[in-house]
Amino acid sequence: MTPPAAGVRIAGMDKDTPHATHDLGGVAKFMCEAVDTAPHALTDFDKEVDAIRGILGAKGIMTVDELRRGIEAIPEADYHRLSYYRRWIRSIADILVQKGVVTEAELRSALEAG
Amino acid sequence: MFAPGTAVRVKDDWPETRGPVHIRTPHYLRGMQGVVVRHLGSFRNPEDLAFARPAPLRALYHVRFDQPSVWHEGRAGDELQVEIFEHWLEQA
Repeated sequence: MTPPAAGVRIAGMDKDTPHATHDLGGVAKFMCEAVDTAPHALTDFDKEVDAIRGILGAKGIMTVDELRRGIEAIPEADYHRLSYYRRWIRSIADILVQKGVVTEAELRSALEAG
Repeated sequence: MFAPGTAVRVKDDWPETRGPVHIRTPHYLRGMQGVVVRHLGSFRNPEDLAFARPAPLRALYHVRFDQPSVWHEGRAGDELQVEIFEHWLEQA
């Protein structure tokens, strides 16, 4: 795919367009990157995160729309650094703290306990 | 409700600039004109669900766009079809 020629204005694709981090369609710096279409195996971590999200949904604590909102709120540098399921767990943790389901102190002590 | 074949324009609105939001309308379609293909059903508005707010049902449409106009590439007749909620559309 060839990036648009210099000077060509594409609606919503100007450098200064305030698109959100995840809203990557047509963003010039991603247009020449090959998409990795090879199947990749899920790790135990990935499956665990997916299970946590499933339980939170089934218990009515958190919707998948809230998960997406939390992923979209991850600062841009972190967003591109984190793997797919690391974005999920980051969002889940942020949303649960925001909703008062867990406190930051509880989260921190659980992480320290490993 | 928009009938199939209705010419519509995606609102040239940028709620991202006004605070935290969750939006399913891609930035590159804001202000672009397309044609309604079909009504896909009505669903609770994800923009509200994302913040655990009461979410009214909103009609969701497949809207078809002329791809070269959107991407400035591709052949004449290439099309782009995107799911867009009714509250993002206005009659063109």
